[in-house]
Amino acid sequence: MASYTVAHGKAKCFYDHYERKADLQHQTHYCPGCGHGIVHKLIAGTIDALGIQDRTVLISPVGCSVFAYYYLDVGNIQVAHGRAPAVATAVKRSRPESIVISYQGDGDLAAIGTAEIVHAANRGENFTVIFINNAIYGMTGGQMAPTTLLGQKSTTTPFGRNVWNEGYPLKVCELLASLTGPVYIERVALGDNKQIMRAQRAVRRAIEIQTQGLGFSLVEILSPCPTIWKMNPVEAQHWVKEEMTKTFPLGVFRDRTKEAERRPAPAHAPPLAEIPRILGIANGASRRAAAAAPLNDAEPRDLRIKVAGFGGQGVLLLGQVLAEAGLDAGLEVSWLPSYGPEMRSGTSNCHVRLSARPIDSPLVSRPNVLLALNEPSLRKFLPTVEPGGWVFYNGTALAEDCHREDVQILVRPFTKMADELGETRAGNIVMLGALLESTGVLSEQHVNGALRRLVKSERWLEINRLALAAGREAARKGNGHEK
Amino acid sequence: MSGNPKPDRGLVKLDSDECKGCGLCVEACPPKVLHLADHLNPYGYHPAAYTGAGCTGCGICFYVCPEPGAITVFRLVEQKAEPKSEELMPAAA
Ligand SMILES: Cc1ncc(C[n+]2csc(CCOP(=O)(O)OP(=O)(O)O)c2C)c(N)n1
Ligand code: SF4
Ligand code: SF4
Ligand code: SF4
Ligand SMILES: [Mg+2]
Repeated sequence: MASYTVAHGKAKCFYDHYERKADLQHQTHYCPGCGHGIVHKLIAGTIDALGIQDRTVLISPVGCSVFAYYYLDVGNIQVAHGRAPAVATAVKRSRPESIVISYQGDGDLAAIGTAEIVHAANRGENFTVIFINNAIYGMTGGQMAPTTLLGQKSTTTPFGRNVWNEGYPLKVCELLASLTGPVYIERVALGDNKQIMRAQRAVRRAIEIQTQGLGFSLVEILSPCPTIWKMNPVEAQHWVKEEMTKTFPLGVFRDRTKEAERRPAPAHAPPLAEIPRILGIANGASRRAAAAAPLNDAEPRDLRIKVAGFGGQGVLLLGQVLAEAGLDAGLEVSWLPSYGPEMRSGTSNCHVRLSARPIDSPLVSRPNVLLALNEPSLRKFLPTVEPGGWVFYNGTALAEDCHREDVQILVRPFTKMADELGETRAGNIVMLGALLESTGVLSEQHVNGALRRLVKSERWLEINRLALAAGREAARKGNGHEK
Repeated sequence: MSGNPKPDRGLVKLDSDECKGCGLCVEACPPKVLHLADHLNPYGYHPAAYTGAGCTGCGICFYVCPEPGAITVFRLVEQKAEPKSEELMPAAA
């Protein structure tokens, strides 16, 4: 009696069930006849054959294959449009033993992600790119891609792609093969079963090159998108073979596997605990001690500071001094500038956090300290200050309609005070003095250390010393609490 | 298999729930032993089906099919070969 054994079946590294939907969990979301499914199978077959499932990381793109992580049971990261090569670089460098596959569509790789792919290829990064060229933006309903053929209709080229308007189809393999970095570049197609078998060999070759540590490999796969092309699956397959290959000839564009040397392993990242020493900001012991008692106990341990004013008032520098001093004090800090449209006369602000504990986000949307260097900034941010927080305002009086009872507000003409010291632009540091005096945060020593690093000239150091003293004095005088 | 002195070299199994009826396997099969069935599967597609004889086990249908688990291709185990664990008895063909 005849018996049979499995010759070709579902790859082990596919999930049994795809948890994308509650029902019918064994079907992919791709349209009937879509090339993405075929390529998933080529990748899965290779992963099984090379025994690399446990160390493979698939970077899924934006595009129809955005859900690739539902199908392949490997490490998965879904990334921003076009940025897969940047993320792949990070994963491969930080985990050199992993096998990293950057899976990208033509809209993804050849339009929004052009810069990332060119530079990753040029650096010869040791990962593999599987590039699905279906000559269209599939997911978003059929806009022209850089790879759309001349004359091909799309929603954005309704009369067909016209060279005088949209230029020529972008030939990614040819473009990247002009660089020295890549080790292997091949273009294959899914136009019939012979082409698909060739594609299988190319995918395997490219991934093997990565396992050998040789460097950058890319396989472009001409792939059908029957839905957007408005063809049935068999017609679409023929169109790949008959039409796409005329514009995009198949073949190996680069093969440096013989002469390529194994890329040296990237240097290991230093352990986290070593980083303060490397940056020369604090040694481990003083860091912990400082973290235990840095802030005035009456004050919150987590300072969320918003500094805002006109460009040129030293808004960003004031934030930097706070953050640098916080670093010296052994605190966790973050400093996030956000610029107005015009740097000089426009408004600018920055977000500063100083905390005894790790910082989750550098954004400060509910500050407990507001340093408002002008009235628009006060108007804009006063409503966001947390009840019980501090507000320092650079002015002579609060406008009638701009006030709050539940926060502590100190109003001083800081800029004018700086002017009296001979340097109008030191108003920010006068304000800093008032902040330090009123709240008791950060020691003199740490602030001076920060200023010494940030301010290079002796003249300015002296001005800042005077400015800090003037600010402290002003805060002491009015008892610091002005209503 | 009585009455069939020479068993088929291959055997194909189609999972009609996973099939999207795209027809690529039907088109690609060299001996033309696949067709789209008259009935509809849960998605409303006519699933691919095996005519029941003549498969060579070439695997072409497997490669052209976009669905990971819709097609499994089996190959005849030579009589002298040791039976393997994943072996399968064909349904009466
Ligand atoms: C930053 C960003 N810009 C635009 C989009 C919208 N978008 C989603 S998919 C897509 C095009 C994808 O085309 P392609 O990479 O060719 O993938 P396909 O669907 O054809 O496989 C675009 C523009 C987005 N998601 N994110
Ligand atoms: S739109 Fe095109 S690329 Fe997207 S799933 Fe459908 S056939 Fe595939
Ligand atoms: S294995 Fe070959 S002969 Fe058998 S059904 Fe598939 S394509 Fe046809
Ligand atoms: S190729 Fe796959 S999905 Fe398409 S009809 Fe055949 S079995 Fe069904
Ligand atoms: Mg596309």
